Amino acid sequence: MISRRAMLAGGALALAGGGPLTRAVGAAEKPFLPPGLPQGVYDTATLEALPGKKPLIKLSYRPPNYETPLSHFTSEFTPNESFFVRYHLAGIPDDIDAQRWMLKVGGEGAGKQLELSLPDLQSNFEAVEIAAVCQCSGNRRGFSDPHVAGVEWGLGAVGNAVWKGVRLKDVLSRVKLRSDVVEIVVNGADGPVLDGTPDFVKSIPLGKALNDNTLIAYAMNGAPLPHYNGFPLRLIVPGWTATYWMKHLDTIEAVTKPFAGYWMKSAYRIPTGKFAITEHFASQMTATNEPITEIVVSSMITAPHDGHTTRAKETAEIRGLAWDGGYGIRRVDISTDGGKTWRGAELERDVGRFAFRSFRFGFVPRRAGTYQVMAKATNALDQTQGDNLIFNPAGYNNNVPRPLTITVV
Amino acid sequence: MWRIFAAAAFLVFGAGAQAEEDVALKAGAGRDVVENYCNACHSLDYPRINAPFLDRQSWETEVKKMITAYGAPITPADAKIIVDYLTANYGSGR
Repeated sequence: MISRRAMLAGGALALAGGGPLTRAVGAAEKPFLPPGLPQGVYDTATLEALPGKKPLIKLSYRPPNYETPLSHFTSEFTPNESFFVRYHLAGIPDDIDAQRWMLKVGGEGAGKQLELSLPDLQSNFEAVEIAAVCQCSGNRRGFSDPHVAGVEWGLGAVGNAVWKGVRLKDVLSRVKLRSDVVEIVVNGADGPVLDGTPDFVKSIPLGKALNDNTLIAYAMNGAPLPHYNGFPLRLIVPGWTATYWMKHLDTIEAVTKPFAGYWMKSAYRIPTGKFAITEHFASQMTATNEPITEIVVSSMITAPHDGHTTRAKETAEIRGLAWDGGYGIRRVDISTDGGKTWRGAELERDVGRFAFRSFRFGFVPRRAGTYQVMAKATNALDQTQGDNLIFNPAGYNNNVPRPLTITVV
Repeated sequence: MWRIFAAAAFLVFGAGAQAEEDVALKAGAGRDVVENYCNACHSLDYPRINAPFLDRQSWETEVKKMITAYGAPITPADAKIIVDYLTANYGSGR
């Protein structure tokens, strides 16, 4: 059956009908979209504001999937009102009363079951802050060649924030974990529209759950979490992709067997052994595929924008952001000839190894023409952005350097 | 059943859902079936952004996933209508 909320939120379109929409729209007509996405994105995406948000790139209304336009990435920290929004299922709670929120902690792998309110978390546990990149596993899926089905993200399903909350391990220490616990299962208050749709539930390995950096956050960039980024509580798993960063967190369960839910066993899987990854999810691996885990090293040029025009013999400052799974960005190289030659960019302040790292490069084109500008980051493990896409059916971990074109006159 | 829900939603939330109403699918055989089923769980910008690169087999895979993985109550006859519509209007032509 369909829930009442979904029934009300949905439906309206079925009667709306609509005229033909056959005119092809290109990137030039929607400059907030980068080139290289499926044509349907240019035909469909719009700038729209969710409550509490600035206008972002709307890919789908319901469930809401909105990415941050490149022009909003002006510092290492992504403002809350610009931060991307990603939901799998349209049953999203509204009117959350934080004072009545209860986080259930326990499960079959725990000797004790607890319910914690937001004031409990804020007054009975040490408060911790960490700057960390939150990146959707499918960021840049829309550039996959060939294209693959899914939300056709461009560059903006990523952001960096200072997350404040309590350590997950401190909370788990209150429920007497059994010695044979293998994973910690997390669930949020959002859910499916149909009874037959698997609720979005995830697990993380016990070791990751006990890591000092894994938090239950109640604040983001010094403010309560925005509703669409998980208010009032969100799991923060620095270094790992956002699929584990459960929004509207209300249940934490320790389990003694690998969690077998759809969103672990069937979704968010990458081919085993194809990516440069240090931390694997051992209890969920098979010979052919494994859960996506770490954020692969990546970078994006945030200015100038694709198609920018500048003048010969004048400095065009190239700015951007680089990040990885928390090993730290060691260098960023810039090419202005489509990847033939590379020169080091200047790295700016370090705001944390899990965070965005800003870089800048003064480009002085000698003569008029068209220049293909690219950035490539390298981290402390010497992992870098490969020239070729490591194709996978869900379009994950796409960190191929993206050339942008600058015209010099 | 789906039509009743849609009608109720239109009456109650007709104004509020204005932006979503602007998302239209191309006119074609089977559009009403696609709207009535798919719109229950997600807005219709989903198929639109996933175009035009999926061939018939890939659209079949997507519709089957909605039925088997996500529990969409779509009859085999209606699933065929949906696949035919998406292939014809949002497919790669292969």
